[in-house]
Amino acid sequence: MTVPDEVIDCRGQRCPLPVIAAARRMPEVPVGTVVRVLADDPAAAVDIPAWCRMRGQEFLGSVNGPDGPAYDVRRTH
Amino acid sequence: MSASPVYLDAATAAPMHPVARQALLAALDDGWADPGKLYTQARRARQLLDAAREATALTLGVRADEVSFTPSGTTAAHGAVLGGLKGRRRVGSTLVHSAIEHSAVLHAAERHVGAGGTATVVPVDRLGRLDLTAWSTAVRAPGVALAALITASHEVGTVQPVAAAAAACADVGVPLYVDAAQSVGRVPLPAGWSVLTASAHKWGGPPGVGVLAVRKGVRWESPWPADEREGGRTPGVVNLPAVVAAAASLRAAAADAAAEATRLTALVDRVRERVAAEVPDVEVVGDPVLRLPHLVTFSCLYVDGEALLHALDRRGFAVSSGSSCTSSTLRPSHVLEAMGVLSHGNVRVSLHRETTEADVERFLTELPGIVAGLRAEAGVVGL
Ligand SMILES: Cc1ncc(COP(=O)(O)O)c(C=O)c1O
Repeated sequence: MTVPDEVIDCRGQRCPLPVIAAARRMPEVPVGTVVRVLADDPAAAVDIPAWCRMRGQEFLGSVNGPDGPAYDVRRTH
Repeated sequence: MSASPVYLDAATAAPMHPVARQALLAALDDGWADPGKLYTQARRARQLLDAAREATALTLGVRADEVSFTPSGTTAAHGAVLGGLKGRRRVGSTLVHSAIEHSAVLHAAERHVGAGGTATVVPVDRLGRLDLTAWSTAVRAPGVALAALITASHEVGTVQPVAAAAAACADVGVPLYVDAAQSVGRVPLPAGWSVLTASAHKWGGPPGVGVLAVRKGVRWESPWPADEREGGRTPGVVNLPAVVAAAASLRAAAADAAAEATRLTALVDRVRERVAAEVPDVEVVGDPVLRLPHLVTFSCLYVDGEALLHALDRRGFAVSSGSSCTSSTLRPSHVLEAMGVLSHGNVRVSLHRETTEADVERFLTELPGIVAGLRAEAGVVGL
């Protein structure tokens, strides 16, 4: 399992807000950083991987931990 | 701010065909009696119903006694699934269906699973096309009673490989049910199915008429309490004036279908190209070639689907959306989910016989500004 470098908490937010939060944070972290997005909106499961594909970032997968569903993204460029 | 209305949601309900209106008004005068009785008025009603059934059967390429009229496309789909499973319950209790079926089919499948049955869901690819290898494996498994496949996606327009899927079913003797709601009256029907359903308000008929066709020799048993009307396949008296209007408009739509398909295919191509070129960060989804003539879907990154629908409505455009915020369940469309494409900021545009080139042009001219406005409001420009 991936150990994230940082976590953004988007619980309670509706899509597209979790995707926007990830998109805002990504350029601020160094390339290679793994950001975990906590998001309980079911649309995030579709939209975070789709955003990674559209933006050429790496989607590492989802985990369902004690904080609910989470999505790991690595900044690749 | 008022703008002339442009209705672009034919995949939900097409505006009524003028032929449907005429037939409906005539049948209100002439076809209100119960066709099951023995007096003069009933005989007239019976004639109208028989003629409607024959015309519908002719368009579908089936026998008249294989066709039943139901109260909606939804009840037709419920009957097709539950009746197909019931008719083959001695063979097994597995239903195979694609991941992109209409909710009517999925809800019937849920009912079946709730009652102890099994459902095998077959995935689609990024374009929304059935995984034929997985389908063939699934229908080959022991205990499969019925397989269900939509002819073409009502959400993204991708046409499904029905003939190949039907061949895989035929190899192992599994009957295939096709939900043809978006195809009937618009495109030629695929071959190889055992049970078919459709819905009149998709082709320009009135709302509240569905069609259920069960081919001779198919083991299908009504899942409803007994009722002898409509070949025993669907209970209750038919809404005869609406059925007459449905049949008349189906004949009219089928007669124009080839020309309309050519015209609408070109308009949809224009939407696909211009949206991709002129709206930044947009994903136009579905198969660009193997698709329905009248339907196109796209998703706008960082845009709220509900806000987009309202903004379009304020400019007079009626469209539909598969975004979660626009659904009562607050879940994204299971079709977009199965394809793995962006689900927020989603818009489905579907055209009909009254859609003009000017309507499409106005939509294409206004859309980029509307999306840009919403992105500016949300502070997501340049992300
Ligand atoms: C593919 C498909 N199947 C079934 C239905 C249900 O039809 P109806 O609206 O007549 O209940 C629809 C319409 O929503 C549809 O698009």
